[in-house]
Amino acid sequence: MFEKEGTAVKLPDTLLKFIEEWKDKPGNLIMILHQIQEEYGYIPREVAIELSRLIDTPLAKIYGVVTFYHFFKQKKPGKYMISVCMGTACYLKGGEDIILEFERLLGLPVNGITEDGLFSLQAVRCIGCCGLAPVITVNKEVFGKLTKDMLPGIIAKFKGN
Amino acid sequence: MALKNYVLVCGGTGCESSKADEIFQNIKKEIEAHKLQDDVQVIKTGCFGFCEQGPIVKILPEESFYVQVVPEDAKEIVAEHIVKGREVKRLLYVGKDDKRKTDFNKHDIDFYQKQYRIVLRNCGVINPENIDEYIAREGYAALDKVLTSMKPEEVIEEIKKSGLRGRGGAGFPTWMKWDFTKKAEGDVKYIVCNADEGDPGAYMDRSTLEGDPHSVLEAMTIAGFTVGANQGFIYIRAEYPLAIHRLEIAIAQAKEYGLLGKNILGTGFDFDIELRLGAGAFVCGEETALLASIEGKRGMPKPRPPFPAVKGLWEKPTVINNVETYANIAVIILKGGDWFASIGTEKSKGTKVFALTGKVVNSGLIEVPMGITLREIVFDIGGGIKGGKKFKAAQSGGPSGGVITADYLDTPIDYENLAKLGSIMGSGGLIVMDEDDCMVDVAKFYLDFTVDESCGKCAPCRVGGKQLYGLLDKITKGKGEMKDIDNMREISLAMQKASLCQLGGTAPNPVISTLKYFEDEYLEHINEGKCRAGKCKDLMKFEIITDKCVGCTVCARKCPVNAITGEKQKPHVIDQKTCIKCGVCFEACKFKAISRG
Ligand SMILES: Cc1cc2nc3c(=O)[nH]c(=O)nc-3n(C[C@H](O)[C@H](O)[C@H](O)COP(=O)(O)O)c2cc1C
Ligand code: SF4
Ligand code: SF4
Ligand code: SF4
Ligand code: FES
Ligand code: FES
Repeated sequence: MFEKEGTAVKLPDTLLKFIEEWKDKPGNLIMILHQIQEEYGYIPREVAIELSRLIDTPLAKIYGVVTFYHFFKQKKPGKYMISVCMGTACYLKGGEDIILEFERLLGLPVNGITEDGLFSLQAVRCIGCCGLAPVITVNKEVFGKLTKDMLPGIIAKFKGN
Repeated sequence: MALKNYVLVCGGTGCESSKADEIFQNIKKEIEAHKLQDDVQVIKTGCFGFCEQGPIVKILPEESFYVQVVPEDAKEIVAEHIVKGREVKRLLYVGKDDKRKTDFNKHDIDFYQKQYRIVLRNCGVINPENIDEYIAREGYAALDKVLTSMKPEEVIEEIKKSGLRGRGGAGFPTWMKWDFTKKAEGDVKYIVCNADEGDPGAYMDRSTLEGDPHSVLEAMTIAGFTVGANQGFIYIRAEYPLAIHRLEIAIAQAKEYGLLGKNILGTGFDFDIELRLGAGAFVCGEETALLASIEGKRGMPKPRPPFPAVKGLWEKPTVINNVETYANIAVIILKGGDWFASIGTEKSKGTKVFALTGKVVNSGLIEVPMGITLREIVFDIGGGIKGGKKFKAAQSGGPSGGVITADYLDTPIDYENLAKLGSIMGSGGLIVMDEDDCMVDVAKFYLDFTVDESCGKCAPCRVGGKQLYGLLDKITKGKGEMKDIDNMREISLAMQKASLCQLGGTAPNPVISTLKYFEDEYLEHINEGKCRAGKCKDLMKFEIITDKCVGCTVCARKCPVNAITGEKQKPHVIDQKTCIKCGVCFEACKFKAISRG
């Protein structure tokens, strides 16, 4: 989307409106970053630069916050983000094997992205469905009570879309 | 006109992930197809707690409890149950005695038998997206009582009588926090709700907010009136979209009804609540870090004192309580502190919600009176260990807690007893482990978590945590030495004493606790290079026992890396260099011809 560093960006109106609403509220930075990530799937550098100008906050401060919180991503994720739960319940029920199997099936390390940009893989903490452990989410869809042999089917389902 | 039936469909995250919404839509469609929409109400509720058996559909007034429902069942449920009045037997929950089980409020189902619902009183009962249903169950009656007939001192007195202690982990008396904040100087004060739920493997707060968001809003407003605050913030994990969505709806509805905002219930009291999203940092569950995060900064803890009650959000006096703590307040106001104090043990009153997970048969969300034993939780409510295996330990308090072993299954669970055993109550994660779980590996799992989550501000936690993890890693790889055990104890002590916040201060707990009760397992790893649970891969070796192998080829076909070779009907062999120790063959062999050692 943003090929070169330094290209000026035009933010979508909804985002500009959100920033305008929050501009003068104390503690706005994290909420605005959430909105940016909602829009782009990550925090593009160009947008961070633009934000720095819009809310008159040093870029260093913005990146101080972005890098502190695991939730904010600096790299564009795949179209489908596979998040494997590695909370305690899922870990005990074989979450690690699920990760290893995804790594094998997709030929990816954790935090990697497939060449076609379709899938990325990450480990996350408890998704809150521990009763269904082990659990993964693909974007916002939850899959529970997983076994390794179910994984190819899940990948195929999203590849087909 | 009274309705003929109510159909309650679970809309908690667990069931939603197994198509609960489609079930809900299908049932509604079927009801309309039979033109019964005026006689039957279909409601989507919060979590019933019995997530293991989800998706759950319950029909009133018959109290039929349908489990593991799929969208295609909607037709039969409506045609048979609603139209013809005949229960769909194949979907009914059946207990251990093979009898049809019904209402959980009547404790008919084993899973609910020993439960006592205060916090979860509305979960699985009302539609959380409709304020009228909350009000119909005495919702906002406590707020009305407080605003129209109580003085702030009286509210504090009632909570003091109740003996309510913080459910976020530390168990600090709630009335004291409110009292300190009330007495603190300042014209601007804040009420904060900690919904950051960081313990990996726990989802009590999430389910409470998803199933009954108004209970928290009402309590925060009561807190605001009591201490003299007009603004509240709920700090909630961004990973909980459904809870956020339901909170947003609840706040909007409460405002519309004049229960939030300016001049609440015409009493002149103003109170507003806003949401702030967390961003995936465990340390932000710690109160001073949480406040820094609401201020939009990096979530670094600060030394206390000053406590938030004196100098909190933007340096103003601030009450910060956990979701579950708040969810108790309205009931205490309505039923009285004495009533609440009659439940529980001498120093731990009321109930506790636990996310019961791991190797139990019935995993789910439970609420039990303080003082219940672990045996009752694991064996009566949880239905025992899956697959007939042996109970080894339960971990409470997540990464800050420790294990409770089989010897202590009959200890009444409360703050004091858990601390004596070297664990903590924590926020409510309760993870059951069996003989297949390795205690060294569990300790390493938690240390991996805390090292990853350490904010790095102070050295004991930043450096000590890494060292501890390194030693545990070494032991699980079969490279441990005896001196590592002493080393671990020393580092743990230093972390406990010198860390700036309780993340580092409690991080060694899982190590200390497993060392205390399972030192023999550590020694086995070190001295014999053996992991009895078969979890530590570097210590494992899979071999085919030639005498037993009949050459059925199953293992060879299932091995993901083709490490097994052999002719049909001849003994097979595993190439140790290729084997990745996944254990697939071990489980696949029907002739028990593969050994794991
Ligand atoms: C590392 C760390 C993580 C914590 N995580 C949480 C949490 O997820 N939820 C919570 O309510 N309290 C958490 N706490 C406890 C809070 O600091 C604080 O004690 C609590 O919010 C107070 O509310 P209560 O008195 O109602 O329990 C955590 C504490 C520490 C040290
Ligand atoms: S103990 Fe750990 S999390 Fe707490 S302030 Fe120190 S480094 Fe940060
Ligand atoms: S343990 Fe796994 S990798 Fe090794 S031989 Fe068995 S199936 Fe193959
Ligand atoms: S599955 Fe068992 S019996 Fe069959 S070939 Fe493998 S080791 Fe031999
Ligand atoms: S531990 Fe995986 S969903 Fe809770
Ligand atoms: S989510 Fe449905 S019972 Fe828990």
